Amino acid sequence: MTLGGPRVDRPAEPSSLFTTDEAEAPPLTLRQLTWRRFRRHRVAIAAAITLVLLVVYAFGGGLIVTEKYANYTDTSLRLESPSSAHPFGTDTIGRDILARTVYGGQISLIIGLTAVLIETLAGVLIGAAAGFYGGRIDTLLMRFTEAVFNIPQIFLLIVMAKFFGGMIPNLTVLGRTYSGSVVVIIFIIGLTSWPYLARIVRAEFLSLKENDFVLAARATGTRNSEIILRHILPNSAAPIVVSATLGVANAILTEAYISFLGLGVQPPTATWGNMLEGAYNYVATAPWLWIFPGTLILLTVLSINFLGDGLRDALDPRSRTV
Amino acid sequence: MTHLLEVADLTTRFHTPEGTIYAVNGASFSVKQGETLAVVGESGCGKSVSMLSILGLISVPPGEIVAGRAVFDGRDLLRMKDEELEAIRGKEISMVFQDPMTSLNPVLSIGRQVTEAMRVHCGLSAEEAERRAVDLLDQVGISDATSRLGEYPHQFSGGMRQRVMIAMALSCDPRLIIADEPTTALDVTIQAQIVELVIRLREQRGMGVIWITHDLGVVAGLADRVSVMYAGFIVEETDVDSLYDDPRHPYTLALLAALPRIDRRRKDRLKPIRGSPPSLLVEPHGCPFAARCEFVIERCRHENPSLQLVSTGHRIACWVDTRGGRSP
Repeated sequence: MTLGGPRVDRPAEPSSLFTTDEAEAPPLTLRQLTWRRFRRHRVAIAAAITLVLLVVYAFGGGLIVTEKYANYTDTSLRLESPSSAHPFGTDTIGRDILARTVYGGQISLIIGLTAVLIETLAGVLIGAAAGFYGGRIDTLLMRFTEAVFNIPQIFLLIVMAKFFGGMIPNLTVLGRTYSGSVVVIIFIIGLTSWPYLARIVRAEFLSLKENDFVLAARATGTRNSEIILRHILPNSAAPIVVSATLGVANAILTEAYISFLGLGVQPPTATWGNMLEGAYNYVATAPWLWIFPGTLILLTVLSINFLGDGLRDALDPRSRTV
Repeated sequence: MTHLLEVADLTTRFHTPEGTIYAVNGASFSVKQGETLAVVGESGCGKSVSMLSILGLISVPPGEIVAGRAVFDGRDLLRMKDEELEAIRGKEISMVFQDPMTSLNPVLSIGRQVTEAMRVHCGLSAEEAERRAVDLLDQVGISDATSRLGEYPHQFSGGMRQRVMIAMALSCDPRLIIADEPTTALDVTIQAQIVELVIRLREQRGMGVIWITHDLGVVAGLADRVSVMYAGFIVEETDVDSLYDDPRHPYTLALLAALPRIDRRRKDRLKPIRGSPPSLLVEPHGCPFAARCEFVIERCRHENPSLQLVSTGHRIACWVDTRGGRSP
């Protein structure tokens, strides 16, 4: 091994001081380091695998059963318990629960991901502007954030769902028809959940912008927009990624929550949440109505949370473990 | 030769909740093409703030540049719009900061950071910029530059990072480099290497250098001219030889007396400067050094001397002739 001291004192012949040792083992990049740390986190790895399986279940399953079948009603088959024809049983109007968990899963996961996209965009933009520019902009944006923060999300959700519920007609994307309520729910969840992220991003920016490398970048003539996006934002990637991951779980839960109250995505479009809605009268008599969608929600949320934990540890630049 | 940068009467203040900080009080200095000006003084005497003011890097508020001009290439930097200044920063004038450990962005690769100025100012393509980056890193003495471009700051030692900072500063062929205590955070051997590197590059490229430091030992080997700063004032300005041979201002004398010398007898103890620098929160009144000065006379306490020529290229701001004792 060589000592880690500076290897250069004679710039004229640079390569002579380069030892074979170092040539054989190039140092790890940030990405490799992160991956190594993530790999250590067994639970997070298991969670990631579970998530992949869930995605395969929802989207791969769609290739096997058709949506028509998932929405096919046969009242003569109401509340059938699991059997070989209907492995997860049937619901209150005779629809196959297995097929509905597949299509419901697609919607739930899509809602989770897109709502977080909106949340992250809004949260990062508002937080970054407030933290970087400070002063009056900061005051204005943060008071607004607090205002949104102070309204209990569930009331906001219910009111907005009621208000915007019928406003968007059904959409047809790639040959499939979605209830317009899906879009409404995505936006409602996205637009009510950003304040928390905005605060995190603002706090990150407040401390990061005081760093010497920001001054150095300004001394290089770098524009503000470039400093925000290229210099500061990557430094706050860890908390954003973690919060976004956890946000997906939250969005799926929130969707389940309001769909359960009958204000969310409207049938016949299935989601894991609105499948639970019809189940609460049959908690004891037909448990398969809630066990399957409930378990899927639980699994998804749990694995996303564990994944978030793993990412938090792996992305922490202060963590020195390799 | 004409001046590359001529700063006159620069006055910068910060308005804080505790009161106004009188950070720079009418500082004047200049640097010519190919010349190295060292700005010397204790911590907090306004060296860095002066430089940041010139480049428009003081945040306003709380900062305020009250007066002065900084003429670079015939244009006053202090009267420029932000966009005009952005075009000069990093291209015509670049800066090397004190702490290489924090001045590099930890999440961006070295290559990305070295090429930044080139992409901002020179419109070079990615490949051209990269080729030039390899070239620059090679020049500042980083071996195997091609493979190190993809590495991150934490994989570099302090001295290497400072070399990277210098490579970044050089990337657009600036005409003036402002180095803000570039060797303070490095150990002595690396310091010497960095000083040598800067001397070599200055000779090759003929750029002007402003070197901020509180280390008079570094100044001797590096600078052509020296400005001594105290409490936001320039108190003595001279070429480097007469700084050591014929120092005039009491503060300069005190600084030199506090410097360890290899040729001094061992039983002579180093002489610290009594007291501490004046609070910058109080509006300057009289000579700023009066409270600590050995030569102080009554006049010093209520009248601040301006810089006066004492011999060719040698100016001091003092009422007392320190060579002859106490009489003016």
